[in-house]
Amino acid sequence: MFEYTEKIREIVKRLLQDRVVDGVIGFRKGTVPMMNHPFFMKHIEQVPQLYWDSWCGVNLANYLPKRQDKVAVVAKGCDSRSIVVLIAENQITRDQLYIIGIPCKGMLDRRKIYDTVRTRGRDITDVMERDGLIVVTGKDFSLGLDRNQYLQENCAICLHRNPVIYDELVGEMVPEQEIDRYEDIRAIESMSSEKRWEYFSKLTEPCIRCYACRNACPFCYCPQCFVDESKPQWVGKTIDPTDTLTFHLLRAFHLAGRCTDCGSCERACPVGIRVRMFTKKLEKDVKELYGYEAGVQLGERPPLDTYRPEDPQDFIK
Amino acid sequence: MSRLRLTQEGLTEWLRRLGNIYTLYGPVLTGSYHEFKRLQDPGEIDWDYSNTRLSPKALFLPPAEKMFVFSMDPDDPERAILKEAPKDFGPRLVVGIRPCDAYAMKLVDRNFITPQYRDPWWEKRRQETVIIGYGCNDPCSTCFCLSVGSGPFDTKGLDVLVIKVDGGFSLSFCSERGKKLLRREPLGARALSESEERSLQDRRAHAEASMPKFWDEKLVATRPLLDIFNAPFWEDIQFSCINCGTCTFLCPTCWCFDIQDELWQNKGCRVRLWDSCMFPLFTLHGSGHNPRSQKLQRVRQRFMHKLKYYVDKYRNGVACVGCGRCVQFCPVNIDIREVMRLMVSHCQCSL
Repeated sequence: MFEYTEKIREIVKRLLQDRVVDGVIGFRKGTVPMMNHPFFMKHIEQVPQLYWDSWCGVNLANYLPKRQDKVAVVAKGCDSRSIVVLIAENQITRDQLYIIGIPCKGMLDRRKIYDTVRTRGRDITDVMERDGLIVVTGKDFSLGLDRNQYLQENCAICLHRNPVIYDELVGEMVPEQEIDRYEDIRAIESMSSEKRWEYFSKLTEPCIRCYACRNACPFCYCPQCFVDESKPQWVGKTIDPTDTLTFHLLRAFHLAGRCTDCGSCERACPVGIRVRMFTKKLEKDVKELYGYEAGVQLGERPPLDTYRPEDPQDFIK
Repeated sequence: MSRLRLTQEGLTEWLRRLGNIYTLYGPVLTGSYHEFKRLQDPGEIDWDYSNTRLSPKALFLPPAEKMFVFSMDPDDPERAILKEAPKDFGPRLVVGIRPCDAYAMKLVDRNFITPQYRDPWWEKRRQETVIIGYGCNDPCSTCFCLSVGSGPFDTKGLDVLVIKVDGGFSLSFCSERGKKLLRREPLGARALSESEERSLQDRRAHAEASMPKFWDEKLVATRPLLDIFNAPFWEDIQFSCINCGTCTFLCPTCWCFDIQDELWQNKGCRVRLWDSCMFPLFTLHGSGHNPRSQKLQRVRQRFMHKLKYYVDKYRNGVACVGCGRCVQFCPVNIDIREVMRLMVSHCQCSL
């Protein structure tokens, strides 16, 4: 990972020197363990701040919609797919971007680490990673953990770890995984409708309506979200289960055929809701019904704004 | 008053007896984090917890509260008349609040209980709630209460302070209300011995020494408001903010709320909901104008309110207690400690 940091710095330095871009969106080292901080930089003196490790889960494509300038952006596989979708949705143009591609072996889930360590009642002060091992250190302990057990769930089942578009890569492409993405979704599909209702009701129970999931999503860029409209008011703003579930269901439907399963929603949630369980079902449906994966092919129109004679028509009665 | 010493069983039994008079609340593990919950039995309290994910403010300012109910039935003679919705103001005992969170209530009191305006529900709940705090022997790496006028054993917001000691707990009574609890005498309690008191003081000194101090309130308080308002560092801070409500909803001192009417057929209610200055809707005027339409303005507002406007208005410290929740859970790592450092260095440099 440190080679990535070096390479990012080298690329950015060159881009700024040659005035290829107006600014750069990247990460600097976070102020707490297992978090890095997205930042925007314009000056060569800031280059040493650029940083990369396994805690760069935030999707930087979220900072792109409606930008007017030309920027370089550091992008993992999922981020690059989000960029493809944003280009298709006219939120930014390809020539405004210089994409610094990150072949990614998966970002790590700090919640899983906390869960492992918390049972010991311990505060984490430092986390290091080397050779597939995460070394978690606290005031009076040090613990070695297997990296593969602590991947974010969306990363563990990711099929596009390499950027799908880029101007430059920071390293060799990594091997793609062959994996069954939808085991959990099939389990939910096989439930009775009552059980399913119970499952989703329980899922959103802890929601505090902070909208971190929505705001962390690169595709939730509507100038006004339906939950913020008051004339008419589409959905109640309380934490009543009906209101909360309505928000989550409608948001998920709005992401059908767009969501790339970057995991931003889930990572941002302060109360640990598995928000992806809503969007993933829709992602599976779109794949099965239209053979479409969001953000994989630049120039391809999304399935919900195109028509093909072979599209499923069973629902027209 | 000197400290009492109790075993964990003795403490639980004492709380159990107090539970006959008070409804008990305390920190319990729910899923992967702790929350203040109504207790069936004080044995449910997890005395090994560090802090709750959400602050205990919800016990006094619920995230969604029915304020009034009304009828819109044209035949109802009391049509469109607001009537107060029933609320429970029974006596409560909240056990295990960390000193920072309890101090936060005192800060919010200054805003909700003023000579001009009183929030009746906040005030009633505050009056009816006795707070048994729990000292922090082992503050988290994100804690900074000592920098902002509180501390790991601060008693300002407490009626009773519980501290974990070897083989049990020490209790000290910090208010008249706290002392009244002694009427239900804790069984098996004895005074803390001199050596136990010494080791408690050592523990305290150790906990306090582990905490950073980086805030210079006087420096920031004496700077003109606009000088900080127009500082260039806000541009850098605001970039990563996604304008979610995590910081404000987790914060023990963020008190802002919104009021909405909900109507279903002929019946309606007026509800009070947590609101957040991070949301664009927060300051949207009826005219359509929004004085804080830009992200920078909203981000700056949150920090300026806590660290400058509140200080200037009440002259009684900042509106942050250093609990570190926003530091831990901001999805993009905006760290109020960094903002404070930037404010201080801005004030130092521009002297």
